[in-house]
Amino acid sequence: MPRTLYQKIWDDHVVNKQDDGTCLIYIDRHLVHEVTSPQAFEGLRMAGRPVRKVENTLAVMDHNVPTTDRSLPIEEEDSRIQIETLRKNCEEFGVQLFDLTDKRQGIVHIIGPEQGFTQPGMTIVCGDSHTSTHGAFGALAFGIGTSEVEHVLATQTLIQKPAKNMRITVNGELPAGVTAKDMILAIIGEIGTAGGTGHVIEYAGDAVKNLSMEGRMTICNMSIEGGARAGLVAPDETTFQYLQGRPMAPKGETLDKAIAYWKTLFSDDGATYDKEITLNAADIPPTVTWGTTPEDVISITGSVPAPEDFKDPNKQASVKRMLEYMGLTAGTKIEDITIDKVFIGSCTNARIEDLREVAKIAKGKKVADGVEAMVVPGSGLVKAMAEEEGIADILIEAGFDWREPGCSMCLGMNPDQLKPGERCASTSNRNFEGRQGRGGRTHLLSPAMAAAAAVTGKLTDVRNFL
Amino acid sequence: MDAFTILNGKAAPLDMINVDTDIIIPKQFLKTVKRTGLGVSAFYNIRYDDNGNELPDFVLNKPEYKGAEILITGENFGCGSSREHAPWAILDMGIRCILAPSFADIFFNNSFKNGILPVVLPQEQIDALMQEAKDNPDALIEVDLEKQTITRGNKFSYEFDIDPFRKHCLLNGLDDIGLTLQKNNSIKDFEDLRKQDKPWI
Repeated sequence: MPRTLYQKIWDDHVVNKQDDGTCLIYIDRHLVHEVTSPQAFEGLRMAGRPVRKVENTLAVMDHNVPTTDRSLPIEEEDSRIQIETLRKNCEEFGVQLFDLTDKRQGIVHIIGPEQGFTQPGMTIVCGDSHTSTHGAFGALAFGIGTSEVEHVLATQTLIQKPAKNMRITVNGELPAGVTAKDMILAIIGEIGTAGGTGHVIEYAGDAVKNLSMEGRMTICNMSIEGGARAGLVAPDETTFQYLQGRPMAPKGETLDKAIAYWKTLFSDDGATYDKEITLNAADIPPTVTWGTTPEDVISITGSVPAPEDFKDPNKQASVKRMLEYMGLTAGTKIEDITIDKVFIGSCTNARIEDLREVAKIAKGKKVADGVEAMVVPGSGLVKAMAEEEGIADILIEAGFDWREPGCSMCLGMNPDQLKPGERCASTSNRNFEGRQGRGGRTHLLSPAMAAAAAVTGKLTDVRNFL
Repeated sequence: MDAFTILNGKAAPLDMINVDTDIIIPKQFLKTVKRTGLGVSAFYNIRYDDNGNELPDFVLNKPEYKGAEILITGENFGCGSSREHAPWAILDMGIRCILAPSFADIFFNNSFKNGILPVVLPQEQIDALMQEAKDNPDALIEVDLEKQTITRGNKFSYEFDIDPFRKHCLLNGLDDIGLTLQKNNSIKDFEDLRKQDKPWI
């Protein structure tokens, strides 16, 4: 029977199947960070259990870390304790850790692919919902809670039932100035924040195939914002090329063997999906969010909607609340919205390609008066590469704040936060109330659009800069 | 984990859709290294003002809903991050059961791991329960996991679906890891085979 890519990976990982369909599935890779792991390690300690596969487990601190000078002590006590706890746990259980001063330290979903730890056909988990990022390699990757983190540490498996299959096909070619970020925002606008609940989304079509690995990661990253725990792109030459020579990727004969297997990872002709959506790339404009859920998207050339524009009374009430929270009036042109801050970073958009896009727009210009624009590279290696390529110089010259890697203002667990009422153009993934700081107002957009907003001081159509 | 059998409790109506995990437990409270003690911080941004005083309009601050053990809410509850701090905070407030038309996957899954029962009911039933909770705050609602029913005296009785394995674990308060380790030999066999088949993994 023809199978989807998801079904192939699933079938390849079933250790045991109960009569009611509940399966024990094997987990190939486990990424660990400081926020969702302390209670899991504590659980192991109390039960006297070891980490089953230390060689398939990789830890890094990213959520809490300051993005300022790494040689200084961490001032916030709770953050410091969490970071020290991870260090102690990794030492005690023998888990490899990229510590704060390690060049390879960075956001957990950026370092996995960067090191070649992430590979096609694998099952990959992490106590973080943006684990879906790794699906860009044709790996089944999803976020789990702390109880499951402990379960994987102890058993290298998870108890699950298969998800449903959904395919989103984006045909054609993306117009100039429109990026992977716009594509995924448009998709979430189309399916809604719960459109993918219970499903694994496979992204297909020419517009997806033609994306770089970085672009594919941006798309898969935000699958969870559409309700799907995992997103997938079938691996191809672009994937294999990306993996070549990465420190933890297979080499030589083993690589040939791996590639032969990876080439079998695609959805068979005639495989069926529970849900199918098709979009035309040519119809996707540069896109921003105006509300406090990622489905509240609009073209940069559009206007802020009114509650009456929606049919569902629950959504109407929610829109009213969102407009109040966001300090927006229905009918205002999106391009008339002025901003206070710009955040370029996060596991969605802090890879080298993203920073190149920003530099292209910012080159020779200045950050607008009264705007603070920060750039937080996704990892120490991304930062080093950007410095080598001259990107850092361009951005510093333009007045951007060039910082150390971490999750930073995407969720504001470290000191990088919005103040109440501040409005931010952000390349991150969530515009929830209070996400970037209590009372902070977030507009999600692409790195190029964020750069354009930084230099004009308001939400701006990046196509004016091309 | 505490077993869940029958719950007879007050229900609080949290009449919002898309209640995300940042609303349930904001980031500053994720810095704990413990599972307990988060209840006081649950729903922080909509529960307290800038000075940390309770906002009187927030449903769980209203005297009539204090001590509620059941939460009734709108679609897509728990969307957003995988933080298990969300169910920990809700549990620590004393809530053992959440009724909604839909839940986000990870939150739904995390709830079961902590002895919380998330129940999916059709929108019309949620609307009726929500109205009932608003009109009669003191009325007790009975959640019977064994029978899979939600009842309120003679007023209504709804049946709900639940995955049989999850039901079994919740009814008995079972620890997943212990159950899985009983299959240790199968895991070992799988690993050995994988090592031969796909040595790069």
